[in-house]
Amino acid sequence: MTEELIKTQEKTVCYHCGDPCDSDVIRFEEKDFCCHGCKTVFQILDENGLCNYYHLDESAGISLKSKDFGDKYSFLDNVQIVDQLLEFKNEKFQKVTLTIPSIHCSSCIWLLENLHKIQEEINSSRVNFAKKEISLIYNGDRISLRKIVELLSTLGYEPQITLKSKDQAAPNKSNTVIIKLGVAGFCFGNIMLLSFPEYFGIEASSDETFIFLFNWLNLLLVLPVIFYSGLDYITSAFKSIQQKYLNIDVPITLGIFALFVQSLYEIFTKTGAGYLDSLSGLIFFLLIGKWFQSKTYENLAFNRDYKSYFPLGIIKLVNDERIPIPIKEAQKGDQLLIRNKELIPVDCLLISENADIDYSFVTGEATLEKKKSGDTLYAGGKQIGGSIIVLVEEEVSQSKLVKLWNQDAFQQNESVSFHFVDNISRYFTPTILVIAAISSIYWMLAGSDLAVKVFASVLIVACPCALALASPFTYGSVLRVLGRSSMYLKNASVVEKIMPLQHIVFDKTGTLTNKENTGIRFSGELTEKEKAMVWSCLGNSTHILSVKIYDYLSQSHPELMKINEFEEKEGKGIQGKIGGHDVKIGSASFLNVDTSEQLHHIGTKVFVKINGQLKGYFTIDQQFRSELTAVISNLSKKYSLSLLSGDNDDQKKSWEELFPPKTELLFNQSPEDKLNYIRSLQNSGMSVMMVGDGLNDAGALKQANVGIAITDDIATFTPSSDGILAGSNFNRLPELLKFANDSKKVVIGAFGISFLYNLVGLSLAVTGNLEPVYAAILMPLSSITVVGFTTIAVNLMGRKI
Amino acid sequence: MSVIIILIGISILVASAFLISFIWAMKDGQYDDTYSPSIRMLFEDEVKETKSEKRDKNKKQS
Repeated sequence: MTEELIKTQEKTVCYHCGDPCDSDVIRFEEKDFCCHGCKTVFQILDENGLCNYYHLDESAGISLKSKDFGDKYSFLDNVQIVDQLLEFKNEKFQKVTLTIPSIHCSSCIWLLENLHKIQEEINSSRVNFAKKEISLIYNGDRISLRKIVELLSTLGYEPQITLKSKDQAAPNKSNTVIIKLGVAGFCFGNIMLLSFPEYFGIEASSDETFIFLFNWLNLLLVLPVIFYSGLDYITSAFKSIQQKYLNIDVPITLGIFALFVQSLYEIFTKTGAGYLDSLSGLIFFLLIGKWFQSKTYENLAFNRDYKSYFPLGIIKLVNDERIPIPIKEAQKGDQLLIRNKELIPVDCLLISENADIDYSFVTGEATLEKKKSGDTLYAGGKQIGGSIIVLVEEEVSQSKLVKLWNQDAFQQNESVSFHFVDNISRYFTPTILVIAAISSIYWMLAGSDLAVKVFASVLIVACPCALALASPFTYGSVLRVLGRSSMYLKNASVVEKIMPLQHIVFDKTGTLTNKENTGIRFSGELTEKEKAMVWSCLGNSTHILSVKIYDYLSQSHPELMKINEFEEKEGKGIQGKIGGHDVKIGSASFLNVDTSEQLHHIGTKVFVKINGQLKGYFTIDQQFRSELTAVISNLSKKYSLSLLSGDNDDQKKSWEELFPPKTELLFNQSPEDKLNYIRSLQNSGMSVMMVGDGLNDAGALKQANVGIAITDDIATFTPSSDGILAGSNFNRLPELLKFANDSKKVVIGAFGISFLYNLVGLSLAVTGNLEPVYAAILMPLSSITVVGFTTIAVNLMGRKI
Repeated sequence: MSVIIILIGISILVASAFLISFIWAMKDGQYDDTYSPSIRMLFEDEVKETKSEKRDKNKKQS
């Protein structure tokens, strides 16, 4: 037992990346490495005295298994592309900022900021950890950007260079909210200070000039609060009145103006100090709510469009010469060179003899399509195998894939509004006006001069400050709690959209199944020689299943054998003769195997026959995400479900078992089909959530009321969506949705509190007893109670998940 | 009592100076990344060790 323990502990772990070394441990300077990539990085660091990297964080490196970039970055030789990426350029220095998703620890920062020790042509580098960016200043005469990018990639920090990243000049919105908040806070504090004499009733005994000075200073201080910090509320209110719709900002603005006009009147007529403290306090608290709600996940992009997926440059062939050009300049009639695993950016005609295109990026279906010279290739496919030459048919912006983005679903301008609150404010504003009018008429009839004051007081005290704070703080807290469980929503209004959901549509591949971990098992028996025969045979096929099994068998290093009469039957299988033995590999129907006993088991099967004798079969599992059955049965209690898949329907049976009966399962769905399916559900009055992962779901994610993208690596590509959920937390989807739903109760509770305060305030106002001091106490108190209640309640609820 | 007027003038001036420096820091991006500066200040510049020196050292140890 103890011996075993020691053995597992001693299992060699790569010194660089910390991955276990399964086979082929490379020993170098008494350290173990899992692959040559990791060893190379260690060598580079060692030679430059940068081994401190390994002491800051253990096994900090990024695994470099199967990373080979070749001349992938040759497009960076094009001056035009580089110029677009550069932020600053003169004869000596060039500055560039690159996004590197793999920055993850303090060692990363240390190494990247010490790049100048490896390449002295780099003057300095600065890492922004939050944004996962690096800013480099380098000497453009002595080193090219391509060299730097390649160096970064060798070290495992591959920058993401896309069309998108260069024309991204994201204005930092949360910054302006914070500055506005700062200004409001400054003025609020000073106004309170200058109002102290008035709170304590000193004014009567002291000098007239002081009162005069304090009041005028207050007036001066409140101007930036209203016309800078509070401007958003005023403009929003005017816009909504223009559209003949009362949103929450209308009563707020009404309150602001009531406070301001009343204070102006009192100060000018020297009858009092007005309510300037309450006014600035009100705007200050509202801005805190806004800031709380504006929490964003800066390193996550929710609005990617096709530009993020396409490379920046491609290689154009002119008289057999390779010229890198920016992708936008590819014109009809150009000849392009597409290399292995490169994305085809435009619709084009194949010139080379053969091509194997993987359209899984677009359709989700994981099979290779064979294309012959003259066939049309659509943008979004990936060439697998050797390089191919193609003729451009359409420009980038005209290709079929890009047109999907130009559909209506992507044109909608989403207005961020809280429908729930806006609905209440629709009744709130008229009610307040009616109360104000009735009470002032009463006082007028009673012959009192209080009528005008009462009218103003009602408007002042009924200002729905607490009401306006309830939902931003609740949903803001919900956002934070969900973020802790790796579910990142785009903004607070998504929480509200989750509540009325009735229907959930799932994508299959990559969403319900795990994309990466496809397991391969062999059932049956094969001798070493037979294994070698199967392996040699598979080596001739480019079918995606053949490639997978080939890789799987390669682990045991079989011996390559000569093969005769090789034949591949498309979509069925392959056969060949090796040393007089007849080898047949393929589907059950191809080999005439009786599959009745194997039942409908999840996973694709590939059978092997040698000399007409069935030897067994390989099972290629599509692994379900953990606890998928529980998730489905849990969700089906509350929502109706359906499944859309780009794949063919050969596994339909097993999926039918998983889902409740009568669930719609649709296969062979194109991206447009998915979008239209969502739209048809919506047209029948349903509120739909789409859960998907790939580019092929992009349209559906956008069209759905709530689109959640599942990703196994948060930092990498996700299509445009309302939220991102880490694949590892997929099993928690039901409880996360339930939590978001329950937050509505907190909002209602907060409304109750706000209502009680309004009751007290209004009764004071209606009876004409509202003194500025009461208002100054009552208004911040109600805001603070509501903020405290919502934050504590949501966090208590969140503790359970 | 008129000294209060001067004091209030000074207090508002000082407070405004802080407000302006806050706005300046915000716009300058001081709060954009709060993680890496905290790490950066702990990095030390090391004496560069060449490979041969290192080997000598290893030999001595063994």
